[in-house]
Amino acid sequence: MQHTAIADQIDTMHDPDTFITKYVWSQDHKVIAIQYGLTAVFVGLVALVLSALMRLQLGFPDSFDFIDPNSYLQFVTMHGMIMVIYLLTALLLGGFGNYLIPLMIGARDMVFPYMNMLSYWTYLLSVIVLLASFFVPGGPTGAGWTLYPPQAILQGTPGYDWGIILMLASLAIFIIAFTMGGLNYVTTVLQARTHGMTLMRMPLTIWGIFTATVLGLLAFPALLVSAIMMMLDKVIGTSFFMPALVSMGESLDYTGGSPVLFQHLFWFFGHPEVYIVALPAFGMVSDVLATHARKNIFGYRMMVWAIVAIGGLSFVVWAHHMYVSGMHPAFGFFFATTTLIIAVPTAIKVYNWVLTLWRGNIHFTVPMLFAIGFIFTFTHGGLTGLFLGNVTIDLPLSDTYFVVAHFHMVMGVSPIMVLFAAIYHWYPLITGRMFSDTLGKAHFWFTFLGTYAIYLPMHYIGVLGVPRRYFAMGDTDFIPESAQTLNASITISALIVGLSQLIFLYNIFWSLRYGEKAAHNPWGATSLEWQTKDVPPHHGNWGDKLPQVYRWAYDFSVPGAKEDFIPQNHPVSPEEHTAGEAS
Amino acid sequence: MIRPLQTLRQKPWLTQASEQLNLIPEVDSVAAARIALRFILAVVGVLFFLFVITYLARSQYPDFQSLAGAPWQPFTDTSRLWLNTSFLILASAAMQAGIWSAQQERQNRTIGFVSAAVFFTVLFLFAQLQLWQQLSQLGFYISTNPANSYFYLLTAVHGLHLVGGLIVLGYLASKTWAVDSVTAIAKPLQLCATYWHFLLGVWMVLFALLASSPQTINALAAMCGF
Amino acid sequence: MKLAIALVLLVIATLLFHWLSPWWFTPLASNWGAVDTTVDITLYITGFVFVAVNLFMAYAIFRYRHDPSRRAHYEPENKKLEIWLTGITAVGVVAMLAPGLIVWADFIDPPEDADIVEVVGEQWQWSYRFPGEDGVLGKVDSRHVGPDNPFGMAPDDAAGRDDVLVRNKDLHLPIDRPVKVLLRSKDVLHDFAVPQFRVKMDLIPGTVTYLWFTPTRTGNFDILCMELCGIAHYAMRGQVIVNTGDDFNAWLAEQPTWEMMQGRIAGDPSIGEGQYAVCSACHGAMGEGNVALNAPALAGLQGWYLERQLQYYKDGVRGSHKDDIYGQQMAPMAAMLADDDAVRHMVAYIESLPAVDMQSSLLGNVAKGADHYVTCGACHGGEAQGNYALQAPKLSGQHDWYLKRQLANFRSGIRGAHKKDNYGNQMVLMSRALHNEQSVNDLLAYLNTM
Repeated sequence: MQHTAIADQIDTMHDPDTFITKYVWSQDHKVIAIQYGLTAVFVGLVALVLSALMRLQLGFPDSFDFIDPNSYLQFVTMHGMIMVIYLLTALLLGGFGNYLIPLMIGARDMVFPYMNMLSYWTYLLSVIVLLASFFVPGGPTGAGWTLYPPQAILQGTPGYDWGIILMLASLAIFIIAFTMGGLNYVTTVLQARTHGMTLMRMPLTIWGIFTATVLGLLAFPALLVSAIMMMLDKVIGTSFFMPALVSMGESLDYTGGSPVLFQHLFWFFGHPEVYIVALPAFGMVSDVLATHARKNIFGYRMMVWAIVAIGGLSFVVWAHHMYVSGMHPAFGFFFATTTLIIAVPTAIKVYNWVLTLWRGNIHFTVPMLFAIGFIFTFTHGGLTGLFLGNVTIDLPLSDTYFVVAHFHMVMGVSPIMVLFAAIYHWYPLITGRMFSDTLGKAHFWFTFLGTYAIYLPMHYIGVLGVPRRYFAMGDTDFIPESAQTLNASITISALIVGLSQLIFLYNIFWSLRYGEKAAHNPWGATSLEWQTKDVPPHHGNWGDKLPQVYRWAYDFSVPGAKEDFIPQNHPVSPEEHTAGEAS
Repeated sequence: MIRPLQTLRQKPWLTQASEQLNLIPEVDSVAAARIALRFILAVVGVLFFLFVITYLARSQYPDFQSLAGAPWQPFTDTSRLWLNTSFLILASAAMQAGIWSAQQERQNRTIGFVSAAVFFTVLFLFAQLQLWQQLSQLGFYISTNPANSYFYLLTAVHGLHLVGGLIVLGYLASKTWAVDSVTAIAKPLQLCATYWHFLLGVWMVLFALLASSPQTINALAAMCGF
Repeated sequence: MKLAIALVLLVIATLLFHWLSPWWFTPLASNWGAVDTTVDITLYITGFVFVAVNLFMAYAIFRYRHDPSRRAHYEPENKKLEIWLTGITAVGVVAMLAPGLIVWADFIDPPEDADIVEVVGEQWQWSYRFPGEDGVLGKVDSRHVGPDNPFGMAPDDAAGRDDVLVRNKDLHLPIDRPVKVLLRSKDVLHDFAVPQFRVKMDLIPGTVTYLWFTPTRTGNFDILCMELCGIAHYAMRGQVIVNTGDDFNAWLAEQPTWEMMQGRIAGDPSIGEGQYAVCSACHGAMGEGNVALNAPALAGLQGWYLERQLQYYKDGVRGSHKDDIYGQQMAPMAAMLADDDAVRHMVAYIESLPAVDMQSSLLGNVAKGADHYVTCGACHGGEAQGNYALQAPKLSGQHDWYLKRQLANFRSGIRGAHKKDNYGNQMVLMSRALHNEQSVNDLLAYLNTM
């Protein structure tokens, strides 16, 4: 019994015929990917609005009646949690992972399509539970996205009752959804590659998604453990994380628990989470760069090794989020060292992207603009990470806006630049239409320049010493008045960037209907997803026969070849073979 | 077999001899499920590993009172725990015997052994529930001491994993019912058995942890650097 | 093409922004110059990489922009180049890491002769404890915490008796003396951070953490809580006041020890009753207040709040602002109370008066007011009953016109802006969350329902 995902004959795969089985309870990875994507973008827009509200308060304090300290913290918390988990993780892995894995490795679908469908619906449930917390008494939790106990579950924090319970429940559900999806992604990559698709012939996108999924599978349990234990502390009154304390003048029944233990667990998940978002982005941007520069990715092997090395190292750096958390101070030496070591493979990736451009033949398409924009923002964000990773520099800078600016640069702006690059790059494949180039370019310039105008000055506010998660700075002796002007300008930039996303939404939906019909493989890409018979690919992806892979995914501008690209399923000519032997 | 390091050193841009092209073996559903199972075991393993690590870390705070060690502690006498454990061992063994029977295509024996495995698993779960009752009757409530909290938490999470296994087994049984042949499920059954053995292993670790004296726990915690 | 120019311009703009920006570290006031040096080293190295990588990239995309007559170069990898780049990066990383580790080793190892002071954090206040003459801090436990024992001092520990307790947001320290700060939290996580000293560390309930520094110049330096600790996190402020040695010793001598705090006599209402005759002219015989004379209700207010306000009036912390017309009337009245004992007798009497029912004079939207009150309730309590632990007075049973005026006073800094007004400072920040009269009326309408 051969598995349907890699069967040459598709008679085992029954085509869904009703609307419901085709678009709602669909088991087709492409439909599930789009369901994931649309849901993630929807909650992402909610989080974007929340960030605008926060920025209004920070830029123009004491001007808006609907923002008080209570709701401000709720905005901060929900913005962070939604963006990190429910948008970025879900869109990169649930969305692009689902869409691209089977197509890029030449499979007909995920190996467990039913579980894949369940994964989406469980994810949707987690989103609903999360959003429900806006409507319960006390509102959503305002404990910060890190949900540190004891304050997350004690009076004095917004949503300390229903809000936090729903948040923990939603996270637990999300983890179940992710695990179901993740098992599919890794198994599909390992088991359902088509003939000739060796591991080292896979596009870097797949390497990034695969490694990120493995990280997710191993890291999310830590979040689950901490969520379960915190839930018990809240609901039943156990003392896993709760020490003896006096809250609001009242001695509580908790004894001897350890709040720092929660932080260790949280960051044991939280740091790999950074790479769960970053690695798929690294992979996708590599493929976009190579395709639009018409040049093979420079140092493919080094890129794969770097992805694997970063993935491995990401499990031994977590406590760099905790240098000033009161953990044993000697840990600082170890974690500062591992953290700065991880800079080396990351730097190599940046060099190789830039060297891919060098001596290329660069088309400034919209996806390429975003990809190059990503190199700029990621370099900036990565370099400020060297400040924060270095234990001593954390003393003045941790918990200030420098941290906020750094992680937005590296984990907010950069992956989102890649997401835009990826959406524009694969839009013709997914929809069969071209987007409007003019609108795409306008969207790029607003987003790229606008985000830099937000986050570059924000680093300086942090260096001044302005703490994060402050509703208002009030009067201090050391922060000059001019800092407020800077904050107002950041807010204006943020609002412009936020509004400019309407250009993107308009472009995406307008082109769906009125866009030019896309040519087959419009970018001249080599990887398999562009070599399907139909565009967009039909259920089962490959028609009667699975593709046969003969080469790696980066045969661009091969000397002597007729075109400047050779698709992966293009057989090797005898001359080429001997040429390969000779080199 | 894939040799990871060798694989990672391949130079994919060099065109390769054609016999290397069909590297991917014929894959069936069971092979895919086997890979998935390995990852499930890894995920579950990490989950319990983290629980155990936090247990050791938490044990080093002064309010922690281990459930074994002193004569009045419930797990100083491990006979009750051994009784429960024996149910799970029997379940695992029956599962293994079921596979051997299935491989020899002896339908009735297979059904018998797998039913026995289900029976002993359910028995184990009820025995664990009864142990909960017993402990709470003795005054060891979930929130009175972190060691108690861990006992209830760990057994609950372990039990839920067994229930999950039972559900999968039930799904498999319904499929067997439809085709009326056990040979078809010999391989998937093998995966179930692996899962059972794994959960038995996890339980043994939890057992050892819960029944350890404070000295042993302290030594373990010291080894982990807490 | 445009992108290449944009990248070059962004690099230039970044450099200009950095050089021209007036926003950088606030001037150092401690021994931790080494922290700044570490920052500078990292800044130069990363700055160089930032400029180099981006200018190279800008050149690459300009030079190799699409040209139909040309093909891209085919080069899968270049081992030598990659090894070189890896090596250079590793050297840069070591250059940044080494100083960081050296300074960290220094930071976690306070000098033997460092003075000891304990900083106690709680929602949303700071207080401090000095070890007293014996140089040893007494034992504490959260079980002992109560209105009479805010620090949770163990009653039977002799070492604690001479501990100096500073229940005030200002921490005085002598200049040029290394100080090891022990950090303790009563409730949730906090973080003790003073930007000018370049150090910070979290406070964790259940354990004691530490940091150390040597103040190197006199002056006032803000203490900010830098670990989210709830709704009023941003209002959890304090100050380190660095004095010369003599000034510091004089200040320390004025602070009460634990023994002195225990020995305070209780107020006697019968003595207070006699003193109250003067007050009754405005505040009414039953302490019910009088709108015509702008006198608030006193009956029902907690004793610790009355005591603090009387002290503030006496010390000029309240009622000294030039725009505080009614406060200025109150200040000389409070000055008539000769000493702390007189204040306590008076307070004991007022506490014995029964609370009175209030007439509401304002119209507002109760539901909206309830929304606004969520933030207030974090300290003042769900029933506006007040809470000693948060130093938040009772609000229910007070005249709404009085509360309205006080909110306005806080907002404009007439009340609470005085450097020594511990909790008034918080109210200045909190009151600014209400921006217009309608919101205030809504809030008060809601308070009137309680």
